[in-house]
Amino acid sequence: MFNETVLKTIFGRLSFESFPIHEPILIATFLGVVVIGLGIVGAITKYKLWGYLWTEWFTSVDHKKIGIMYIILGIIMLLRGFADAIMMRAQQAVSFGANEGYLNAHHYDQIFTAHGTIMIFFVAIPLVVGIINYVMPLQIGARDVAFPFLNNFSFWLTVAGAGLVMVSLFVGEFSRGGWLNYVPVANLQNSPDTGPDYYLWALQIAGIGTTLSGINMVVTIIKMRAPGMTMMKLPVFCWTALCSNVLVIAIFPVLTAAFAMLMLDRYVGTNFFTNDLGGNPMMYWNLVWIWGHPEVYVLILPIFGIYSEVTSTFTGKRLFGYSSMVYATVVITILSYLVWLHHFFTMGSGASVNSFFGIATMVISIPTGAKIFNWLFTMYRGQIRFELPMQWVVAFMLTFVVGGMTGVMLAIPPADFVLHNSLFLVAHFHNVIIGGVVFGLFAGIDYWFPKAFGFKLDPFWGRIHFWGWVIGYWVAWTPMYVAGLMGVTRRLRHLDDATLQPLFIIAAIGVAIIAIGIAAFVIQIVVSIINRDKLRVGDDPWNGRTLEWATSSPPPAYNFAFTPVVHDLDAWHDMKERGHQRPTGGYMPIHMPRNTGAGVILSGLAAVLGFAMVWYIWWLAAVSFVAMIGYGIAHTFNYNRDYHISAEEVAETERKNALAGA
Amino acid sequence: MSAPRPYANSHDRGQGHGPGHGPRDADGHRDAPPPDGGHGHGSRRGYVIGFLLSAVLTAIPFWLVMTGAIASVQTTAIIVVALAFVQIIVHTFFFLHLNPRAEGGWTLLAFIFTVIIIAIVIAGSLWIMFHLNSNMMPMDGMGM
Repeated sequence: MFNETVLKTIFGRLSFESFPIHEPILIATFLGVVVIGLGIVGAITKYKLWGYLWTEWFTSVDHKKIGIMYIILGIIMLLRGFADAIMMRAQQAVSFGANEGYLNAHHYDQIFTAHGTIMIFFVAIPLVVGIINYVMPLQIGARDVAFPFLNNFSFWLTVAGAGLVMVSLFVGEFSRGGWLNYVPVANLQNSPDTGPDYYLWALQIAGIGTTLSGINMVVTIIKMRAPGMTMMKLPVFCWTALCSNVLVIAIFPVLTAAFAMLMLDRYVGTNFFTNDLGGNPMMYWNLVWIWGHPEVYVLILPIFGIYSEVTSTFTGKRLFGYSSMVYATVVITILSYLVWLHHFFTMGSGASVNSFFGIATMVISIPTGAKIFNWLFTMYRGQIRFELPMQWVVAFMLTFVVGGMTGVMLAIPPADFVLHNSLFLVAHFHNVIIGGVVFGLFAGIDYWFPKAFGFKLDPFWGRIHFWGWVIGYWVAWTPMYVAGLMGVTRRLRHLDDATLQPLFIIAAIGVAIIAIGIAAFVIQIVVSIINRDKLRVGDDPWNGRTLEWATSSPPPAYNFAFTPVVHDLDAWHDMKERGHQRPTGGYMPIHMPRNTGAGVILSGLAAVLGFAMVWYIWWLAAVSFVAMIGYGIAHTFNYNRDYHISAEEVAETERKNALAGA
Repeated sequence: MSAPRPYANSHDRGQGHGPGHGPRDADGHRDAPPPDGGHGHGSRRGYVIGFLLSAVLTAIPFWLVMTGAIASVQTTAIIVVALAFVQIIVHTFFFLHLNPRAEGGWTLLAFIFTVIIIAIVIAGSLWIMFHLNSNMMPMDGMGM
């Protein structure tokens, strides 16, 4: 048929059957998204905000604005990932015996895959990168990151990847292979659909963004510290950010290579990860976990930095054991490369291999334990102020220690043969990721929000947010530890043994309590914006100790009118001790990078390329690829990249900020 | 000793971080490298030697594989990998200009770190997959 050939050429394998109109849940979600989306677009158009958003935000190369956009992306994707969590918990709470629940297996498998993928790649990473982006240049007294355009480009690549994952909800389907798209499930003969392709293209695009961002942050910390800030005067948060981004640079190429080989398997019929012609699926597991284990340290290390900054500020003391904290961070960075096999002890490598990786895993708990004691000793005899960020620190220490201990249990190979792929494991990593990473991100958001906007977050809704998450976490995951010990494996849609049902009902109640926490978080932000005049605070609301508090809140585009000179680890505390006065004259013009839309355009083309490749629309893939390369080259000829903020403008800004901050 | 100054002097200020400037333009560094950054950009001679060596080191493996000059596949594979290794060293010296002085030692440090990581990844993977194969692969005559 001529017609069919033409349609195939134009639309690839995209057809009317690709839209999941037979899934009522997806239709309702789609309608909801359309209504809300139209509402937002309409509101932006009505108030004529498109120009403002484009010139002030989307094209901005200011590390502060990019940081805020990363955090907004993370929060939006958190809502999506959490919706998946609610659906899974609801399914598992009811699906016992004769009751099949409300999700079919095909849909359920996509949900648990999407939940894991989104929560790690598009919630945790953007939130961590966003906070590093915002805070780190301020803490080292720099005007921006080393490569401001690259920063904008990295952000939009991450958005492009997130967009592809979201599109897969309504056009075609997502992978069913688990959060790392495991073979053999994701091999072509087992998943000929678009799911694994969506996964691969979304993560390749976002992964390039994360790698570029890692390079940017490392160069910034090494090359752009204020004069006097030697490496051993670097704030702990910057140290942890440095180690985390060094890990990013080292591991993301491994993931990219593993995904590229799986793409070759799926697109051109190679046999890297099949069982034929010498291929080996376990090699895929080996490679993705060489990425995967250090990745958890990519997330948790900067969070340890946040806890350190918060603990030191809210106890009014210098951090206990700064140098041991730095060495512990570096040791964790190295050790995190030596443990990846503990994710697949059961694959059959034998006793010698398993014992090496088991012992290496247990060793990591030593530097981590040292950190916990450092925070405890910092608090010891301090004047502790239990503001919101400090509450999160205490909740973290109580929760995370349990997660660390179950982690050591899992590190014992014989025990792991019992616990592998059980809900005990799932409870363990939610214990460390929620109790460690998520609590820390909220501590960081509560702590630095007044820095970014000049007013505090509402403490009442903040407390509900806090208790919702802390209580909800324990109610949701304690029964999962129990179920896991009793042998329930992960990723189950249906259970026959009805005696286990109470555990899953308790877990569903827990997730409902977390939902209250998340709702309170959104309300907290809205209420704080409405009451911003009442919540307005000075430049240094917490009596901070590091340089980010030395400039006004929110900081001007150029961060510091004069580059500070550092004489002490807690540089701002030291400046205050010396009776510091902000200079009121003698300003110089400041050289700044100019905004550019190139990042948005290149990432948009990358998203189109990904979509075209997923659906085998070869002409569109070719066009977008050529356009991307062409535009990238053309952009290098754009020499209009910088400008100067005049001394008068700096003087005016500083005068206004001095009045506002007083 | 004079009182510590709170801000960088006028030489340090006003310096921007515009994209074209690269990280070395960062505000005054007491550990900043000498003006040329200790970062030799190499001579034409160096690049030509590097190019010729790379070309030869690429041509030999192709020739070995295409013509099958050495009968043993195993020996051919070992030679190809060995030449690839030499190629890496050639690139590092002639194109990346690695030396202990570049960027105040950071370049060498980063290179050593990379070598360690790659060694861990390759050695670890070989060890793991070798054990896996010897434990899990069906032996000849075991029957399936």
